[in-house]
Amino acid sequence: MTISRRTLLGAGAGIGVGVVSGCGSNTGRGGGSSGGVRLAQWYHQYGEAGTEQAVKRYAAAYTKARVTVQWRPGNYDQQTAAALLTDSGPDVFEVNGPSLDQIQGGQVEDLTALLDGVKGDFNPAVLAPKTYQGKVYGIPQTVDMQMLYYRKSMLRDAGVEPPRTLDELVDAAKKLSNSKVKGLFLGNDGGAGVLGGTPLYAAGLQLVTQDGKVGFDDPAAARALGKLRELYAGKALLLGAPTDWSDPSAFLQGLTAMQWSGLWALPQVQKELGDDFGVLPFPGEETQGKPTVPVGAYGAAVSARSRHKEAAREYVKWLWVERTDYQEDFALGYGFHIPARISLAKKAGKLRTGAAADAVRFATEHGYAQPLLWTPASQTAYQDALSRIIKDGANPESELRGVVRKVSAELDRVKHTS
Amino acid sequence: MRRRRALWFWVFVGPFAAGLALFTYVPLLWSVGLSFFDAHNTVTPTDFVGLDNYTAMLKDGAFTGSLRTFLLFTAFIVPVTFALSLALALMVNRVRRAQAFFRSVFFLPAACSYVVAALIWKMSIFNGVRFGLANTVLGWFGTDPVAWLSTTHPPWYWLVIVTVRLWLQAGFYMILFLAGLQRIDPVLYEAAAVDGARPGWTVLRHITLPQLRATSVAVVLLLVINAFQAFDEFYNLLSDARGYPPYARPPLVYLYYTALGQGQNLGLGSAGAVILALIIAIVTVGQARWLKLGKSGEE
Repeated sequence: MTISRRTLLGAGAGIGVGVVSGCGSNTGRGGGSSGGVRLAQWYHQYGEAGTEQAVKRYAAAYTKARVTVQWRPGNYDQQTAAALLTDSGPDVFEVNGPSLDQIQGGQVEDLTALLDGVKGDFNPAVLAPKTYQGKVYGIPQTVDMQMLYYRKSMLRDAGVEPPRTLDELVDAAKKLSNSKVKGLFLGNDGGAGVLGGTPLYAAGLQLVTQDGKVGFDDPAAARALGKLRELYAGKALLLGAPTDWSDPSAFLQGLTAMQWSGLWALPQVQKELGDDFGVLPFPGEETQGKPTVPVGAYGAAVSARSRHKEAAREYVKWLWVERTDYQEDFALGYGFHIPARISLAKKAGKLRTGAAADAVRFATEHGYAQPLLWTPASQTAYQDALSRIIKDGANPESELRGVVRKVSAELDRVKHTS
Repeated sequence: MRRRRALWFWVFVGPFAAGLALFTYVPLLWSVGLSFFDAHNTVTPTDFVGLDNYTAMLKDGAFTGSLRTFLLFTAFIVPVTFALSLALALMVNRVRRAQAFFRSVFFLPAACSYVVAALIWKMSIFNGVRFGLANTVLGWFGTDPVAWLSTTHPPWYWLVIVTVRLWLQAGFYMILFLAGLQRIDPVLYEAAAVDGARPGWTVLRHITLPQLRATSVAVVLLLVINAFQAFDEFYNLLSDARGYPPYARPPLVYLYYTALGQGQNLGLGSAGAVILALIIAIVTVGQARWLKLGKSGEE
C-alpha cells in the first residue's frame, strides 16, 4: 500500500468532520484564535420548555471561558459517539453514561478531583455507574427514575387493589382488560425494552454482581420473566399505541389502566388526572423478591480530545459541583427530575408531597442503576431473549442460559481490556 | 488540442472522481481495514485480531438470523413487486385516455420518503389501538384490534413492512416496464393476430414477456439489491428508544446497532459489512450470469 498511515488518518478525520458538519451543525467551537478560551458544551434535546434557555443562561454566566451551548435533537448517543472520534466534537457534554468502552478507550477525562469533599453529597446509586476502578468519569446532573402509574378510578371500578407483588400485577392487569381498555402498558414492544433488568431486581437478583460476575444465573430469573409472558399471553398488555411508554398519552387517553413511565411524566399526569392516579414501584416477586425502580442520570463529561481539558474541567466543576442554585433550577424548574445532590433533593419542596414524594421514596429505597459493566452487547443479548420469552413464548430457562453465556464472555472481554 | 481535452476531462470528471474516492472508496477500504482490528470506539485501532471479527460474526446467531430475515423478505418483496408493477404497466399501457394521469398517479409514491411513509404506516394505518385505520376497518366486522407491529404469532409485521415498500416502489418499476412495453414493435402483435393468437394470455406469454426479458432482468436485479439494502422502513417501523426487537431485523439494521449506536464495535460491524458486501456481490454476479444480463434479449 502506498498511502501512508498519516495520510489515511488525515483523510479519516476529514471524513469525520464532513459527516458532522454535513448534518448542518457547526461544532460551536468558534475560531479559537481570539483571546480567551472557548468551550463547546453539548446537551441532548430535553422535551420540557425552557430547559434550553436555562442551560444557555448558565453558560453565559460563566466568566472564565466563553461557553457555546449546542442543543442537539435526534440520536444524541450516536452523535456524541461519532463526534468523540474526531477533533471537532464537544469539550464538555452530557452523556447517558459514559459507557465502559468510552472510559476504557480513553475518550473521557477522569473527573475524580472535581468531587473532592462533596462526593458524599451525590446520590451513590447514580454515581456508581459513572465510577470505574475508583475514578469518576461523569458528574451526575439529575436523577431520573421510572415507575408504575395506575388510574385509581379504573382499579376501583374493577375491584382491584394496587398490586404489591408480581402475581398481583399479572392478575390486576388481566382483570382490568376489556375490549376498550387494556390493563397495562409496558411499551409497544411488550416490555422487553423498557423493563430491561427491572424484573430481575424485583426477583432479588441483579444484572452484574459487585465482583463482576453474571448476577442472574438463578432459577428465580426464569420465574420472573415467565410472569411477563403471562401478561402478554393473557392479552392484558396494550400494544401498538401511537406513543411509546415514555409518553403518558396512552394512560391519559384511557387506553390503559396502568402504565410504566418516567418521573418526567408526573406533571402532565397530575395536570390531566388530578387525584385520580397513584404510583407504585415495580412489584417484587413473592418469595425472595422486593419492589424495585430503575434510576439513572445523565452525567457531565469532558472529552479527552478537547483542546482545553483543564478549562473544561473547571467549567464542569463550576456548573455541576459549585453552582447548586443552577443545579436546583435545572432539576426542578422545567421538567421533573430529582436533584443528583442529596442535600438539594432533601430541601426541594416540590418533592415533599403526593406522588412526587412517593417517587423520591421509591428512588431512595428501591432504586437500582444499570451497572457500568452491563455493556450494550450484553444488553442486546438480554433484550433479544426477553423479547422472545414475552412474545414467542420461548422457554425462559434455555433463553437465559444463552444470555448468561454471552454476558460472561462480554464480562471477560471488558476485564481483559482494563 | 489533446492536452486541452485532457484538461476539460478532468475539470468535468475530477470533482466526481474525487468525491467518489473520498466518500466511497476511502471509507470502504478503511472499513475493510477496521474489520481486522479490535476497534471499540475508535477508527484508528492498534489491536490487530486477524479474522476474529469474521468468525465472531459468522458464529453470531443474531447476524445469521438477520441474513435469514433478509432472505424471507426478498422472497416476499421481489416477486410481489415484480408482479404488481408489471400488472400496473400492462394496464396503464392499455389505457387510451388519461394515460399520463394514471402514469403519474402510480408513480407518485416513489417520490415519498421511506421514513415518512414508514411513520404513516406505523402511526396511522397500522397502529395497534382501536382507532388505527386497519383496526377501524376490522372493527366493522367485529374483530378485535390487532397489534400489527408487536405480534409475532402470526407475524403481522411482515404485512406492514411489505406493503409500505410495495406502495413506495411499485410505481417506479411500473415506469421501467412501461418503457419496455413501448419499445415492443406493434408489428409483432399484428403478426401474432394474423397467425391466430388470441389477445390475452397467449399474446402475453409468447410476445410481451419474451420481449420484456431485458427489462425484467434489470428489474429483478434492482429489486434484489434494494432488498439487501433495506433499512429505512424497518428501522422506522420497529425501532424504539431502547433498541430493536429480535425479529424482522435485516443485516443492515443489526450492523447499525453493532457498529454505531452505543455498541461502537466498529471492527465487528465492519466485518459484518464486508461479509454482507461479498454476499451481495456473489448473488448479483450469479444472478447476472444466470439471467444472461447484457446479452440482447430481443432476437
